[in-house]
Amino acid sequence: MATILEDSKFNPDQKLKVVGTNPVKHDGPDKVTGRAKFGADMYLPGMLFGKILRSPHAHAILKSIDTSAAEALPGVNAVATRDDFPELQAGTPGGDLSRNIMAREKVLYDGHPVAAVAATSESIARRALKLIKVEYEILPHVIDPVEAMQPGAPILHSHLRTKGVEGAQDTPTNVVERLVCEMGDVEKGFAAADFIVEGEYDSKPMHQSYIEPQGCVASASQDGQIELYCCTQGIHVFRDRIGEILKIDSAKIRVSQSEMGGGFGGKTSPYAEPVAAVLSRKSARPVKIVLTRNEVFRCTGPVSATKSKIKMGCTKDGKITAAQADLVFQTGAFTGSMFFNGPWAMFTRYALDNIHTVACEVVSNRPKVNAFRAPCVPQIVFGVEALVSEMANKVGMDQIDFRLKNAAKEGDTTVFGQTFERIGFVETLEAAKQTDHYKSKLPEGWGRGVSTGFWFNRDGDTTGSLTITPGGSVTIMVGTSDVAGSRISLSMMAAEELGVPVEKVRAILSDTAMMGNNRVTAGSRTTYSAGMVIVDSARQAIAEMCRRAAEIWGVPVEGVEFVDGAVHPSSSNVGEFEPMSIAEIAAKTSVSHGAISGHTEMNVTGAGPGFGVHLVDCEVDRGTGRVDIKRYTVIEDAGKAIHPLQVEGQYQGGAIQGVGWALNEEYIYGEDGRLQNPGFLDYRIPVASDVPMVDTVIVEVPNPRHPYGLRGVGEVPVTPTLGAVGNAIGDAIGIRPTSLPMSPPKILKLLKDAGLNTN
Amino acid sequence: MAKTHITTTVNGDEYEVLCEVDQTLLDVLRDELHLTGTKEGCSSGDCGACSVMVDGRLMCSCLVLGVEADGKSIDTIEGMADGDVLHPLQRNFLELNGLQCGICTPGILIAAKNLLERNPNPTETEIRFWLAGNLCRCTGYDKIIRSVMAAAEEMRGN
Repeated sequence: MATILEDSKFNPDQKLKVVGTNPVKHDGPDKVTGRAKFGADMYLPGMLFGKILRSPHAHAILKSIDTSAAEALPGVNAVATRDDFPELQAGTPGGDLSRNIMAREKVLYDGHPVAAVAATSESIARRALKLIKVEYEILPHVIDPVEAMQPGAPILHSHLRTKGVEGAQDTPTNVVERLVCEMGDVEKGFAAADFIVEGEYDSKPMHQSYIEPQGCVASASQDGQIELYCCTQGIHVFRDRIGEILKIDSAKIRVSQSEMGGGFGGKTSPYAEPVAAVLSRKSARPVKIVLTRNEVFRCTGPVSATKSKIKMGCTKDGKITAAQADLVFQTGAFTGSMFFNGPWAMFTRYALDNIHTVACEVVSNRPKVNAFRAPCVPQIVFGVEALVSEMANKVGMDQIDFRLKNAAKEGDTTVFGQTFERIGFVETLEAAKQTDHYKSKLPEGWGRGVSTGFWFNRDGDTTGSLTITPGGSVTIMVGTSDVAGSRISLSMMAAEELGVPVEKVRAILSDTAMMGNNRVTAGSRTTYSAGMVIVDSARQAIAEMCRRAAEIWGVPVEGVEFVDGAVHPSSSNVGEFEPMSIAEIAAKTSVSHGAISGHTEMNVTGAGPGFGVHLVDCEVDRGTGRVDIKRYTVIEDAGKAIHPLQVEGQYQGGAIQGVGWALNEEYIYGEDGRLQNPGFLDYRIPVASDVPMVDTVIVEVPNPRHPYGLRGVGEVPVTPTLGAVGNAIGDAIGIRPTSLPMSPPKILKLLKDAGLNTN
Repeated sequence: MAKTHITTTVNGDEYEVLCEVDQTLLDVLRDELHLTGTKEGCSSGDCGACSVMVDGRLMCSCLVLGVEADGKSIDTIEGMADGDVLHPLQRNFLELNGLQCGICTPGILIAAKNLLERNPNPTETEIRFWLAGNLCRCTGYDKIIRSVMAAAEEMRGN
C-alpha cells in the first residue's frame, strides 16, 4: 500500500471539521487539578533518594575519591563514582557523554558530577555527600570562548584536534571544528555593493529554564533489566545512550516518559538518569533523583555563548549582494552545540548569491551546552538583522519592503544546499505590513524594531499506531514526547481522517518497548512527523474497514468508499447498502477479524521550512538603561494551524523567552570559574509584570507534503526576537546595541558614552 | 534523626505526619502525603510552583517547614475543584489554553484564586503584578492573564 510518504493527498479545498478548531486538550484536566504526573512525581515501594556530589572547581585533575565514610553512614545503600561506569574512549560520543555524566580523569566545570549516593531519605543522602573526600589538583581554567582559542590557553582535552583544518596538528586545542560555508563569490558581491555595513556582536549563555527540574526513578532488577521513568524529549534516545554508556542491551532498558514540565531542547540528553540506574543496580532498590535548581543551572543546558563578526553589502536600490561572517560558538566542556545551524540559518530567508562564513566550535570550562529552540541561531540573527535594518536605512527603504525585496522564494537555493519548495516568507512579510501594529504611529520616545527569522523544521524517524475500539472510539499511540500539546493535535488529525468528533479519540505516549525508534521531540518536528504517521495509520484502518464492508456486502473492495466516518457503496451500481459507521463495523467485526488498527513507522521527510517576522515597540529609561517592551507582534507561517490557540501559544512563549535572552538572561562567572547566579533570583527570566500581551498573526501557506499542510512552529518564534528587540532599542536611542543581553548596565553605558544619559 | 509528629488539615482532611525537622511543607505534601500536584521548581521561593494556602494566606510551601504546618489548614491544587466540577479558573485555563506544559499551572491557579478572592475585578496590570512570583516559561503569560480575566468576569456573574 502506498503510504502518505509518497502521496500526502493534501487537498487545499478540503472542508475541515476538526483541524483548525480549538478543543480543550485531553491532558489539560489532569494538569489543572494536580493529577498529572511529572518526572519528580513517581514514588515506588522501597525507593531510595539519590543525590550527586559536584565539583566546586572549574578545572581540576580528579586525583582520588574516598567514599568509605559515606558508605558507613546508616541509611546509605549505595555510592557510585567513575569506577562504576565502563571506561569508554575519550572523544567519542559515548566517551564524552559518560564523562559528562560522571567525571573520570578531570573535572571540567563547576558542577561536574564526581560521585553519587542513594539513601533512605533525602536528608541522609545530603549528609552522606558531605562525607565523601575528593582530592583535586586544580588546573588553570578558561571560560571565554575566544580566550580558549588563543595559544597557551588551558587545554580541556589532550586528545582534541580541530576537525576541518588541513594538515597535521601536533598539539591539542580547544577548537573542536572549523566549518566553512560558502556559495558564489563574496568578493565580487561586495564589489557590486553601493553600501557595505559590518559589525561585531556577542552573546552569553542563557538557560532553557524549564520550570520542572529533571526528575527520574530508575529500578534495576537482579537480572540486569532497568526500568526508567523520567521527563525526556526522547525515550528511545535516552534508552540507547544509557545502554551505550553502561554497556547494557537496549532491549533490557525500558524508558517511560512522564509529563514534561518544559524542555525547549534541554531534555534531549540524559544527566542524572544513568546515575540513578547505576545506584539502583548497586542497591537493588528503586532510586529517585530530582535535580535542584542550582544543579539545573550549573550542570544542564545552557545555550552557546557566541562572538560574531558580520559584513553585508547592498546596492542603492536595495538588493543584498554579499554576506560574510566569522563566528565562534562556545559548546561548554564537550562538543555537541549543533553550531552548524548558525551559519546555515543566519542569512537564510534572504535570496543571496554570495555568502562566505567561517564558524568555530570551542570547548571551555562550562557545562556542556544543550539544544534550545533553534540551537545556535537567534544569537547570530541578532547581528544579521542589525545590519539588514542598517542597510534599509541607508538605502532609504521601508524596513519590510527592504526585506521583501530580498526575500527567499520557492526555487531559491540555500547555503546548505536545499532548494526551497513552497515557502511562505513573502506572505509573512506582507501580513506583517498589514498589521495594525506596523501601521500604527510610534508614540514619542519609543523605538520600533523589525526582524525576521527562519528555521529548517525537522522530521525524521517516527512511529505511531491507531486502534478503533469495538465501541467505535479511537486510541492512538506515539513514541514521541508531548512538550506542549501534540497529543491533542494528533487526536484532531485522527478525528478528521476518521470523521469522528475529537472527543472520541484519546492519545497516549508510549514507552520504549511499545514503539519502535523515534528521533527526539525537538526541532519543531513532532506535530508534523507524528501527524504523518497517525494519518497514515488512520488511512490503513480506513482501508481495513472498507475491506470488511466489502466482505459483509459481498462486493469488490473497489466498490466501497469511506466518507464522513462511514463506509458507503461508491455508486448505486455497487448495490443498495446502508452506510456503516465506524462503530457499526467495529462492533460487527472486532471479534471475528480482530481489532481495526493501523501502525506506521517511517523516516518522515518533507518538513516545510518556517519563517517569521517580529515587530517590537520599546521605551528606554534614559536614567537607568531599563528597556520596557511596550508592544509585541509575532507574524509567522504555520502552514496550517491544527489547533490555533496552541500555535499562538508557541509564538507568544517563544517571543517572551527571546525577550528574556535579549534583555536580561546570562551566565555570570567569577574569576574562580564558578557560576555566580545559579538560581531564579539572580538569573531572572521574564515574569508576568515584565511583559505585555503578545499579538499574533498566523499566516497559512500550506506545506503540500503534509496531509493538512502544516509546518513546525516551535523554533521560528525565538529566531527573530533578539534582533527585533535590539533594533527597537537602536531605534529608540539612536545606537544599536551589539552585546547580549542588553541589560540596564550595558544600555546605560551606551547612553552615557553618547551623552544621552539623563542622570 | 528524631522525627516530629504533626497534625495538619489538607484540603479539609486531617493528617498525622511524622516529619524530619528539615523537611519543608512542600516535602511533606509530596513525599509523605503523596499530594504531588504542588510542584517543586526552585526550593528558594522564586518560582511559585509550590504555592499553597496556609490558614488562608498564599505561601511558597518550599519556604515553610513541615513542622510549622502543625495545627494549620492547608489548601492545595488537589482541593480546588468541587468534586467533579472544576473551578471557573481551572475551566477558563483549559478553554483559553492558559497552560502549555502545565508544571506552573497548579501554583498559578492557587495564586490567581487568592487574587480573585481579594479583588474580584482586577486589571491586567494588577493580575500581572500579583502573578509576578509565579514563573512560566512556556506561554509568555498572555493566555494565563486572559484566562484569569475571563474567570474573574465569569465569577462576577457577567
